[in-house]
Parts: sequence; C-alpha cells; structure tokens
Amino acid sequence: MSPGTNTETIASPQLADVHGPSALGGGRRRFFDLLWLMSMTEFKRVYFGTVLGYLWSLIRPLMLFAVLLFVFTKVFKVGHNLPYYPVLLLLGIVLFGFFQESTQNSVSSVVAQEGVVRKTQFPRLVIPLSVVVTALFNLCLNLIVVFAFILAWGVDPTWTWLLLPVALAAIFVLTAAASMILSVLYVRFRDVLIIWVVAAQVLFYASPILYPIEAVPESYQHLIFINPLAPIFEQVRVWMIEPNAPTAVDVVGGASGLIPAAAIFVGVCVFAVWIFNRDAPRIAEEL
Amino acid sequence: MPPENASSVRPTASTAAVRDLSQAPVAIEVRDLEKSFRIPTHRVDSLKERMVRPFSSRDYRELHALHGVSFDIRQGEFFGIVGRNGSGKSTLLKLLASIYRPDAGGIRMAGRLAPFIELGVGFNVELTARENVVLNGVMMGLTPQETRRRLDAVLDFAELADFVDLKLKNYSSGMLVRLAFSLMMEVDADILLIDEVLAVGDAAFQQKCSDAFREMKAAGKTIVLVTHEMPSVEEYCDRAMLIDGGKIQHLGDPAEVGRRYLRLNFERGSDAQGGEESQDGGAVRVLDAHVENEQGETVTSLEHGEEIRLRLEVEALRDIPGLDIGFVVANADGVGVFQYGFPAGEGDESERSITAGQRVQAASTLGNLLAPGRYFVHCGLNYAFGGGIALYVHNAMDFVVFGGPSGRGIVFLPHESEATIEPAQKSV
Repeated sequence: MSPGTNTETIASPQLADVHGPSALGGGRRRFFDLLWLMSMTEFKRVYFGTVLGYLWSLIRPLMLFAVLLFVFTKVFKVGHNLPYYPVLLLLGIVLFGFFQESTQNSVSSVVAQEGVVRKTQFPRLVIPLSVVVTALFNLCLNLIVVFAFILAWGVDPTWTWLLLPVALAAIFVLTAAASMILSVLYVRFRDVLIIWVVAAQVLFYASPILYPIEAVPESYQHLIFINPLAPIFEQVRVWMIEPNAPTAVDVVGGASGLIPAAAIFVGVCVFAVWIFNRDAPRIAEEL
Repeated sequence: MPPENASSVRPTASTAAVRDLSQAPVAIEVRDLEKSFRIPTHRVDSLKERMVRPFSSRDYRELHALHGVSFDIRQGEFFGIVGRNGSGKSTLLKLLASIYRPDAGGIRMAGRLAPFIELGVGFNVELTARENVVLNGVMMGLTPQETRRRLDAVLDFAELADFVDLKLKNYSSGMLVRLAFSLMMEVDADILLIDEVLAVGDAAFQQKCSDAFREMKAAGKTIVLVTHEMPSVEEYCDRAMLIDGGKIQHLGDPAEVGRRYLRLNFERGSDAQGGEESQDGGAVRVLDAHVENEQGETVTSLEHGEEIRLRLEVEALRDIPGLDIGFVVANADGVGVFQYGFPAGEGDESERSITAGQRVQAASTLGNLLAPGRYFVHCGLNYAFGGGIALYVHNAMDFVVFGGPSGRGIVFLPHESEATIEPAQKSV
C-alpha cells in the first residue's frame, strides 16, 4: 500500500533535505545560542545556587596550592630558593585545574544527557562543549584571585600580560578536543573514565607546574615537552611572571624542537573533530 | 492510488469543513526510507576488552526496522501514524525528528519542525521554569529573544505564572506536563511531531489542549501524531497511516486505519505488549474491544467515579458448547486490581451453545473506585462447562483514570469514618 512514485513536481520551494543528527545540527546560530544558554544556566546553578557555591570552587585549588606549597618548599625544597615559586605554582594549578575539571566532567556528559540525546534533535557537540565553557567561566573568576595574588607578591605588570589570552585559547582548544574525544568514547567504552583519571594525573606531573623546567635534567626536558601542555605552561610563566625564564623555544633548543608537541596538539584536534563527526549521528542508537 | 485523495473521502471530519488538502504543497516528503539496527551478539563495552579481542564486536545481527517507506504529508494536514509496538513507528518518528540517521532514502521538509517525542524530556529539574522554557525554546529552534517574549504566553496557558521561578524538582507531575504542553503550543513551528501526549492533565486541561489542537489545525499547521489511541486519530486526523513490520500497511481514511489496526491487534499472535494466546488454534476471535463512558462514547480516559463500560464483541469460528467471559483489570505495574467473569447467554447447554459465525456482544459496567493511573484489561474466554481456555487476550483494552482523591494506593474505597477524642480526665 505504499503510495509509490509521486510524479508531483510542484513541490513547495522550501522543501529541504533532512540530514539527521550531527555534531552541529540545526544551524550555527542555534548551536551557539544553546551553548551559551546551557553553559550559563549550569554555571549559575552551581555557583549561585548555594550560599558557598563559588567559594567552594575556589577553595579546591587553594587547598591544593597550600598543601603543595608546603611540601615543595619545606619538605622537598624544590622551590624554596625560587622567589616566584608560589605564584607560579598557583597559576599552574588554576590553569591545569581548568583542563582537568573540564575533561573529567565531560567524559560522562553525553551519557548523562541520555534522555535529551535519545528524544530530541539536538546538536550533540553542545553537550561536551558546554561543560568546557562552564569551566571556562569558573577559570576566569579564579584568575581574578590569581591576579590579585600575583600583584600582591610584587610581580611587575608588563605588556606581555596581554598575551595570556593566547595561551588560554590554546589550552581551551586542547581541552575542548580532549573532551569531545572522551565524551564520545565513553558512550561505547565505560572504562574511559578510569583510564582518563590516571592519564590526567600523569599529564599533571608531566607539565612544569610543581617544578621549574630547569630543575629537570636536560635529557628529560625534551621528553616533557612532548606533552603539548608543557610549552604552553612555560610560555605563561615567561609572559606573566618571569620574563627572564627560558622560553619554550629555549628549552628545546630551537623552534623545531616544538614540532612533536605541536603535532600532537593538531593531531588531537583533528582526531576529535573526526571521531565526533563520525559518531554523533549514531549516539542515540548506541545509548 | 495517490494517497492524498483519501483526505477528501473522510466522511466525518470534526472540524467545521472537510478540507481538501490534496492540492496543498508538500510539507514532509519521505522516499524509500530504510533503517536497520545492528544488535551486537556480544557487546564490547570496555576499551580493555576491545584491546584484548579487537574483532569480537564484529558479530551482530541486523534488525530491519523500516523497509522502503514512502509517503507525503501536505501542508496543513493533521496526519496520524499508527502501529503496534515494534512495528517501526517509533523508528520512523525518530528519523523524522532527526534523532536517527536513515540508512537509505531521504526525508525532505518544508519549514521548521518541533519534535515532541516525550513531553518535558529536555527539562532540567534543577532549573527554574523560566530557565527551562528558554532553554527548550532554543532547542526547538527559536532564538533566545523570541523565547523570552513568549514566556508569558507559555506560563499563562499552563496556568503556572505564579511558579515561574520555582525549580522544576518542586513541581508536581501535572504541572510539569502542563508546562511542557504549553511550550509545545507556543514554539510556533511549521511542523509539529507529537508522540502519544494527548492524555495529559485533568479534564479541564485536556479540553484546553483539544481546543488548542483544533486551533493549530485551523491555523494551517502541519501536525504529525504518532499514537496507538484510535479515538484521537479518528477525532483529529485528516489522514492516517498504519505501519506494521516496518512497512506501510494502509494509508488514508483514519476510520479505516482504525479498523485495520484493531484487526491487526487481534489477529496476530502475542507480542510483548498485547496479543492473544489460544489453546487450540482459535475457535473464537475478538472483533472489537473498547472502553466507553456512561454516555456510551468510546473513550481512553475516565474521571474517577465515572462508570467504566467494557465492550467486547466475539465471533465463533466453529461450533462451541458455550462461552464464559472473564476480565482482569490490572494497573500499569501489572498488579491485578480485580477480576470477574460471567457467562455468555443464560440457561442450559442447549441454550448457550454457539455455532460458527455467531457473534457474542458483551457489555460490562464497573463502578470506578480506581485511583488515578493507567489500567489494562486482559480478557479470558473459556469454553463453558469446564472446556478450558478458548482465547486469552493480554491488554485487550486500556484506559486512564484521572482526578479523584490523591494519595497512595490503587483503589479508593468509599468509607465512613469517625474518630472521637476521649474526654479529658479531670484531675481531682
């Protein structure tokens, strides 16, 4: 009883193909509206919904900072004769905290929104990205505190402070790419979360946060700088706090030394876009 | 036969005029739609397992959900899609709503589509009504500004203006449904895709919804309704489509689709949700089973206290000694509320025997003490005089009870109660 071939040709001009679900689905405009709305409501809910809301999110990095500062200046004496060690440590913890919080929260984000994914037409990419953007709002608030601390410590403002957004943008892109990969892998492989918690720990120790890069034996410095976060953190140090510290290029002895890190950075981004685009249309069926 | 002609054949349109939509431009065009699902025989759900056995997930069986489905829906049409569970109608709905991607074939649409697969699914209970309305409006394709402008209209329709800043987790389920429904009414999409949401809220709100549907219909919106409630289909739809086994079984007049759907339900063997079992290849078959209210109108929902009338029509396929009819009323959790039986006909064996082709009409009126909720009626037909089961139909009928006293429990028994307080003892 199929209606069969319909030879009608006066079809309405507005008839447009329906492509099914996708990462961006339904137009750029709607995508960004949704991303902004979801991030903003989530941010408001977490940080203004409770009395201590925002304070909690600040207490976590500050506690970590206090503990690490004590351990590494009083016990292990890594930083006890570096004048700017405390400010570097705080800045590093806050920046890495953004990376860690975003990626870990986004792992299960798509699965947690199962109802929405299975029952509404929804640009899938909004889900992990809104987690990252929410964390970005949080980072911006935390950075105000960090700036106050930097100034109070007696660091002189320089024009290179204006370059911080460049470093933030690089961290944001890497974080977003990692979040995309993790959230879409988690739909099929539930051990991704466990693996990632460990991997994020490794990345923390493989970035020059607890230690200045000069403290690492020279042969290992190259190894650490394969981690794409490492050169970014090193540049932040130079731009923000110690203009005389070795730049990322100095550490690896020439711009070509940064190629492995850059390649991984680009590779992660390309892989993220590829895997998310490939899997987005099928997420609703996999859940 | 071009299916669009069917809309003008429709004998009883509930709107003022029978509309001829066969010349209207196409709103949804579906061509040779194919969709199948891979069901892995062994599911690999950890990376570790994937590393250890990289090829084991390649084993799967294919489930063909839709097969070569093509149809057109015209602008301004109220179109019903009917089918049993597992027929492929939900898959079709999700393809239309861009939740699944078709394997082959194409869908084209004119205008913006707002899917309502489940009322309130996009709601976040941690957020207020205001935030949820804005968020969901944008999901449906409005801009945030447009949504904020419509906020008042949504809340007015839902009668929830006083609760705009209350978190949804503090809403009652009735309030949630009203909010979701109002939002659907206000998003103002060109095409609405609605899945089984008509039986919502209390009687007054149902009336309001029914008016709103008529208004949308009058305003020339294209509405696709997916349901298994035939009265809604016959009441609202211009045309309907029956889908079974992933293929279109019939497309055209809603009343005809309704008849075929019922026949399909009673002829086929049992499935997970509804169906029948018989002991010996079927000496009887059910022609019709439905629920009526006190006025004799076919209904899907009844108010608490309103009498429930179960109607059953059975035909004997060969000579049988007589029939006993039994009904089991069970609630949505499958808990039997009560059961009872009665014979077809009166008297001794000669008076009760039924010959092939003879029909039995049964009507049974129940007092409605049921708590609000959904109920299913299973129907058992036994040969009279201890002859065993002739036919058992699981979920032969279902209905919703609304209103009445709230609280826990599955029935509300009439009660007379008294509690007295002992006079206070005077201290001497």
